[in-house]
Amino acid sequence: MAMSMELKDVTVKRRGKAILGPIDLNLGATGITMVIGPNGAGKTTLLKVLHGVERVSDGTIDWAQPADIARQGQAYVFQSPIMLRRTVRQNLAYPLQLVGVSKSEIETRVTAWAERIGLGDALDRPAPRISGGEKQKLALGRALIRDPDVLFLDEPCANLDGRSILDIEALLLEAHASGTRIIMTTHDLAQCRRLASEVVFLLNGRIHEQGDAMGFFANPKTVEAQSFLKGDILL
Amino acid sequence: MNEIWAGILSAFRLIFALDADLVEITLRSLQVSLTALIIASLIALPFGTWIAIRRFRYRRATIATLNALMGLPPVVVGLIVYLLLSRSGPFGVLGLLFTPTAMIIAQVIIITPLIASITHQAMRDLWAEYHDLLISLNTTNRQRIITLIWDGRRALLTAALAGFGRAIGEVGAIMIVGGNIDHATRVLTTAIALETGKGDFELALGLGFVLIALALAVNFAIHALTKTEREGRW
Repeated sequence: MAMSMELKDVTVKRRGKAILGPIDLNLGATGITMVIGPNGAGKTTLLKVLHGVERVSDGTIDWAQPADIARQGQAYVFQSPIMLRRTVRQNLAYPLQLVGVSKSEIETRVTAWAERIGLGDALDRPAPRISGGEKQKLALGRALIRDPDVLFLDEPCANLDGRSILDIEALLLEAHASGTRIIMTTHDLAQCRRLASEVVFLLNGRIHEQGDAMGFFANPKTVEAQSFLKGDILL
Repeated sequence: MNEIWAGILSAFRLIFALDADLVEITLRSLQVSLTALIIASLIALPFGTWIAIRRFRYRRATIATLNALMGLPPVVVGLIVYLLLSRSGPFGVLGLLFTPTAMIIAQVIIITPLIASITHQAMRDLWAEYHDLLISLNTTNRQRIITLIWDGRRALLTAALAGFGRAIGEVGAIMIVGGNIDHATRVLTTAIALETGKGDFELALGLGFVLIALALAVNFAIHALTKTEREGRW
């Protein structure tokens, strides 16, 4: 069951300086939300705040259920995939082992997911030694194997080739179709157009615009968003 | 130089003749040092990993103390354990002084900080690599420690072998708490010290080479069992 999220007056400070916020943000229970903005806008910090792994200095986050339960239904894919020093099979199995899924069930799900992410032939290869695209697909498979309610992705397609990007986008659309709420940061405006149902535009730690994707791309309301879409460098 | 050759020949003679005394003290050396290693590892591996992943008030002081304790003088450890286990000491009633158990206790005290310190350093690097993933997966501290120990087992093997090397070659503490009693607490190192004192350098050297061979054999055996380097770097 996907869940809504609400941030109220949230600020994140490091060494006394605000790197995010104050922001108010409401995210509905369904859809694909893309967080966009230039480097240093605070996209990753916002994603980590939403996931609950970044402490907020001020403000509150409401996941519509207790934080511990909400976290169990969330998964996160990092820009640089973190591979356990284990085989592909063991990497896929790891999140299931953590929650005490039976061995036979783990084997079934791992085999099925390995096929879905195109790593069926690589199950016994050491995960740290597979290619960058394969690592990101494995990271995505490892995140989705527990059927999360909400999936956070931090620029999952950065530095990947076209084939890998298409494969990952297909997996994301499949996950979305099966009910997973997706919140993702990206630099790639074309990808944002392809996938997003909602856009959050961040600049200098503040939300400058939030709305449905088609409306945002057709008619950006703020000058900053218009400049960003034109490809201007924003300071 | 002649004495070294004579020592090597003596070592071969002792080994191939399967000298009963040699077998006994070799097995006792192994029993004491491997038991100490297992107990110390059970304490030090989780503790070193726990320090690597937890932030607490006196963490830096704890790490500095742990590093300092790596250089614990064995003779002092032996003396303290002796006082604790002697008839008038707090644990005298257990009757452990001059037994292999007392030697194991002393060796555990000596090698635990060494293993814990090397473990902490290895796990600190692995924790930096895994931190975001394990936090994001909502893992408990216990799950984090188990994951790090399992995935860092090759580095931890080095820590354990360093501990074993220190234990098997240790003489000061076990001489004090064991007493070097024939057929009871004599091990290779205390036998070497005894033979050197008696002036029988040939036998002392022979025992020394047996000790070196034993240490190498245990290292090779552990490497072979754990397939270190066979699967390459992760």
